[in-house]
Amino acid sequence: MFYDLIVFLPLAGFLVAGLFGQQIGARRSEQITTGLLGLCAFLSWIAFFSVAYGHEEHALIVPVANWLTSGKLAVAWSLRIDTLTTVMLVVVTTVSFLVHLYSIGYMHEDPSRQRFFAYLSLFTFAMLMLVTADNLVQMFFGWEGVGLASYLLIGFWYEKPSANAAAIKAFVVNRVGDFGFALGIFLLFQLTGSVSLEQIFAAAPSLVGKSIHVFGIEGDALTITCLLLFMGAMGKSAQFLLHTWLPDAMEGPTPVSALIHAATMVTAGVFMVARLSPLFDLSSTALSVVIIVGATTAIFAATVGLVQNDIKRVIAYSTCSQLGYMFVALGVGGYGLGVFHLFTHAFFKALLFLGAGSVIHAMHHEQDMRAMGGLKDEIPFTFWMMTIGTLALTGVGIPLTTIGFAGYVSKDAIIEAAFASHRFGAVYAFCCVVLAAGLTSFYSWRLVFMTFFGHRGDWSASLPAAAHGHDDHGHGHDGDHAAHESPRVMLIPLAVLALGAVLAGMAFRNGFIGSGFESFWKESLFVGKDNTILEDMEKVPRLVSLLPTLMMIGGLLVAYYMYMVDKKAPARLANSNPLLYRFLLNKWYFDELYDFLFVRPAFWLGRLFWKGGDGFIIDGMGPDGVSARVLDVTRNVVRLQTGYVYHYAFAMLLGVAAIATWYLFGGVR
Amino acid sequence: MIIGLTHYLTLAAILFTIGIAGIILNHKNIIVILMSVELILLAVNINLVAFSTQSGDLTGQVFALFILTVAAAEAAIGLAILVAYYRNRGSIAVEDINALKG
Repeated sequence: MFYDLIVFLPLAGFLVAGLFGQQIGARRSEQITTGLLGLCAFLSWIAFFSVAYGHEEHALIVPVANWLTSGKLAVAWSLRIDTLTTVMLVVVTTVSFLVHLYSIGYMHEDPSRQRFFAYLSLFTFAMLMLVTADNLVQMFFGWEGVGLASYLLIGFWYEKPSANAAAIKAFVVNRVGDFGFALGIFLLFQLTGSVSLEQIFAAAPSLVGKSIHVFGIEGDALTITCLLLFMGAMGKSAQFLLHTWLPDAMEGPTPVSALIHAATMVTAGVFMVARLSPLFDLSSTALSVVIIVGATTAIFAATVGLVQNDIKRVIAYSTCSQLGYMFVALGVGGYGLGVFHLFTHAFFKALLFLGAGSVIHAMHHEQDMRAMGGLKDEIPFTFWMMTIGTLALTGVGIPLTTIGFAGYVSKDAIIEAAFASHRFGAVYAFCCVVLAAGLTSFYSWRLVFMTFFGHRGDWSASLPAAAHGHDDHGHGHDGDHAAHESPRVMLIPLAVLALGAVLAGMAFRNGFIGSGFESFWKESLFVGKDNTILEDMEKVPRLVSLLPTLMMIGGLLVAYYMYMVDKKAPARLANSNPLLYRFLLNKWYFDELYDFLFVRPAFWLGRLFWKGGDGFIIDGMGPDGVSARVLDVTRNVVRLQTGYVYHYAFAMLLGVAAIATWYLFGGVR
Repeated sequence: MIIGLTHYLTLAAILFTIGIAGIILNHKNIIVILMSVELILLAVNINLVAFSTQSGDLTGQVFALFILTVAAAEAAIGLAILVAYYRNRGSIAVEDINALKG
């Protein structure tokens, strides 16, 4: 009952705000959804402490209802409660609650707030279904549910064509990944005869070495399964090649970006791989793919983040990059480590997004950093919160100890683990994540310096005249451009998240990846006998442990020089390397490439079927064609019907004359 | 000159043709059409009477009287329809009567 409440309270909030929002009003909808989420978050923390620090070894299964039974396939609605689930419960409900709270302030001018809060609660419910799933089909239900909620929320301001386009893009790109996920589930059912996690895990060791035929090629069954499942994770977690939707998703309201596109939904892929660790751990090839994809994403997104000017896009690419880190951690076998970074990242990235939202709110919905500057004194509270978020993201801490901001504890551990791992691709991953750490520091501090330091208009020289990526929704531009600090209801969530960004790493390190690993995770994560990555990463050379900190300081110094001391430097650098600059500014031309490879052929094919198939064949020769011919004939016949009596009389006469003639000359024999 | 059957039949044919031509060629007035119909009926009557006299059988002349009655009734009904039509449409010009047009 206790766990049912956690999962179904947001559903209740969604139903109330969604169905009766018009009747009870916006204010009441906000209060109900936020209140339910608050309760939910409170219960989740209780669940977290009682499960993660309790003594129950096995996962608790809470049956809810039977869903479908068909032959061998039996799918039940049930909640699987173990440490991994409760960690996710805490992350999801806490961030969701804070975002609900924050949205009360952020969205207070929006006319359809009920809808917004209903969607937020729907999202939370779907996400909770995902993380508590006891079988893959239920996980898929949650997986699609969060996709739907994400689509609805990205396109929340549906009057904006760009928001609609972004929503569709997110949906379609996710479909690609989900296709892989669905195939993976089918394959697993084919191999093990079940979709229930318990039975799949039990059957997993027997699958080693099995091979299947796919299109005439023989492949390792387990590897193919894992790769298909990982494809789903890539789509949802915006990994390299399927990442294009995430930056565009920033068209949605900022609280949505914080909740869905930073803290929770995009980490579903990481969660899924961690949840299925008993499968992935058996396939070394699949894990190598995970490492390489994650590392590539980490470095790719970081390079693009360097030159973006939209404050939200910088953070979006940063999210993409950090998700890459998580996959590297999973790939080297540190499942707890990946989830640990997920956990800490949720706090500081939500903090950064909500802080950016506060800046945008203060700037009257201006999102371009080049129009900002000197906000430090105007919105000091937001400034400090953003600074804490940046310190956490860039990984500030005391080297060689475990004292530091949340990002320091988890991210540096990933870098060490990448060094310690002997898996194929780990060396590449190590180089990527170290470099990405420096880039992360650079773009994060660039964001802070451009936004909060200097003077307004320092960067407006490079601002195109018509570039106003506004969230313009009835916020009258009255010419008053003085920044104003956000209301308290928006600042409290910032403060709470900042607390998490400072402490989450240090407080939970021991359990997640330290000596308390076994008793913390219990059976929820699978660790093979020869998987000693967590011990190995403690024994890396000192220089490796120092490296992330050095990279962080380097990035900070370069950013400080370019954006505080010599403000002409960025433009000079861009002008001296125009090709590289344009390459990065256009996100490695991925959108253009996909446009060329997929979008245009799809349009071409669509047009072919539309004009050729439907227009020419179906309409020309099918039912419509027949009816058109009938119309052609009748159009001519109709001309005979003049309506004049004398014409009819004449026709009769002709008829009579014809009959008489025939009768006279030929009829009678 | 003896007026024989041929003359009567010729007269009837001429009347009949005039009646038909009146219906077909008349584009102005619908009353003329009614008159033409009367003409056709009269042509038929002449034929009936002529043949009746020729063959010495009175049945034909009886039928001619029937036809006259029918023609009178038809004229009355036709004119009544015409009046009603005029009230409704404000015109009895043949050109305007084309409600059957497809």
